[in-house]
Amino acid sequence: MSIMQYNGGCLVGMKGKNCVAIASDRRFGVQALGLSTNFQRMFSVNNRLYYGLAGLGTDVQTLSEKFRMSVNMYNLKEERDIAPTTFASLVSSTLYERRFGPYFSEPVIVGLEKDDTPFICAMDLIGCINFAKDFVVTGTSSEQLYGMCEALWEPDLEPEDLFETISQAMLNAVDRDALSGWGAVVHVITPTQVITRTLKGRMD
Amino acid sequence: MADRYSFSLTTFSPSGKLVQIEYALNAVAQGVTSIGIKATNGVVIATEKKTGSALVDDTTVEKVVMICSNIGVVYSGMGPDARVLVDRARKAAQEYKRIYNVEPPTSVLVKEVASIMQEFTQSGGVRPFGVSLLMAGFDEAGPALYQIDPSGSFFAWKATAIGKNMINAKTFLEKRFTSSMEIEDAVHTAILTLKEGFEGAMTDSSLEIGIATMETTINSHGVPTKTGTFRRLRPAEIKDYLANIA
Repeated sequence: MSIMQYNGGCLVGMKGKNCVAIASDRRFGVQALGLSTNFQRMFSVNNRLYYGLAGLGTDVQTLSEKFRMSVNMYNLKEERDIAPTTFASLVSSTLYERRFGPYFSEPVIVGLEKDDTPFICAMDLIGCINFAKDFVVTGTSSEQLYGMCEALWEPDLEPEDLFETISQAMLNAVDRDALSGWGAVVHVITPTQVITRTLKGRMD
Repeated sequence: MADRYSFSLTTFSPSGKLVQIEYALNAVAQGVTSIGIKATNGVVIATEKKTGSALVDDTTVEKVVMICSNIGVVYSGMGPDARVLVDRARKAAQEYKRIYNVEPPTSVLVKEVASIMQEFTQSGGVRPFGVSLLMAGFDEAGPALYQIDPSGSFFAWKATAIGKNMINAKTFLEKRFTSSMEIEDAVHTAILTLKEGFEGAMTDSSLEIGIATMETTINSHGVPTKTGTFRRLRPAEIKDYLANIA
């Protein structure tokens, strides 16, 4: 029994042409028993920066509340929105603070920088940042997601194509993992808008 | 067992003033004049390096100091008090960097230092700092110049002076300052302003000048990028400016 496989769930983030996308599944369970089909793993920092947390459910919720507080304080103190790289450093240092008693959660962060350059990164549970150029994955079906992304991703996908790519990667990866699935949500972030779609997948 | 010094030494007078802070401001007003001017593309801060005697090794005296790579500070008042604040400001800047991995914006560091100075007006057994600071920095929001007083209040300035000759200097600046000034004009004006109240000869070793501007540096990925940078002017550069004054 590994603590990172107790509740299940997974996330994927992808870079496109002047856009980024992040997708998560919706399952929450206690080992083999599935309990919820609408567990929220993805959260918005602002309309240009989203992040997701996979791993132990309670840590997902506590960390999202901690980050909401840190970002609110940042916005009030600095009177500006937090940049994606700065937010990634904030998440990393928050996780490393608990180096010897960590939060059992691994984040994925996607967003657009001030000049609209796409940004994605992922981290391990103690805050080691992986600044990827193409896609990032985390969760119980990360291996499956790596395979799907490697096969399907190509550079400079337009928002609509990026949506198709990330959705197929998510749906097919979670079908090979007992602890992930039960629905999926995708956010596609462009300089002008964020499009959120719920995917229809196998509910087994 | 009540500690004799667990209460604040800075207490209100019947008229509602904190006289310790007023006296601290008097200490600042006795200090050597410092100038700060914000230009369109940078900020300059300057002061006179006044040593008691010609025997003092003035190469070791540093009144214009860097706090972090994009922010510098000059003071008027008690030197030792300024040193303590410089240490606290440097530490605060590095702690910010530990969390966010970027230099703090000037306004954020100013608030932090101001809140340290305020602590010393409301804590037990301590007195307020006997310095006013002029903090100059260049960040994403552009150039910024702030004054921080012993009370902990801070003000953003386009141009200002603190210390002995501040009234005359500010009058001089009001006439000379234009919002379209660039950094070279600002340095020139700062030197002229200091000259008004200068005691002794103005040389490249009796003047300290620092500037915060946008410079091209190599970042951690080896890519040249433009970032806000604070640096002290070298004696050779000060000499050049002085040559243009005469």
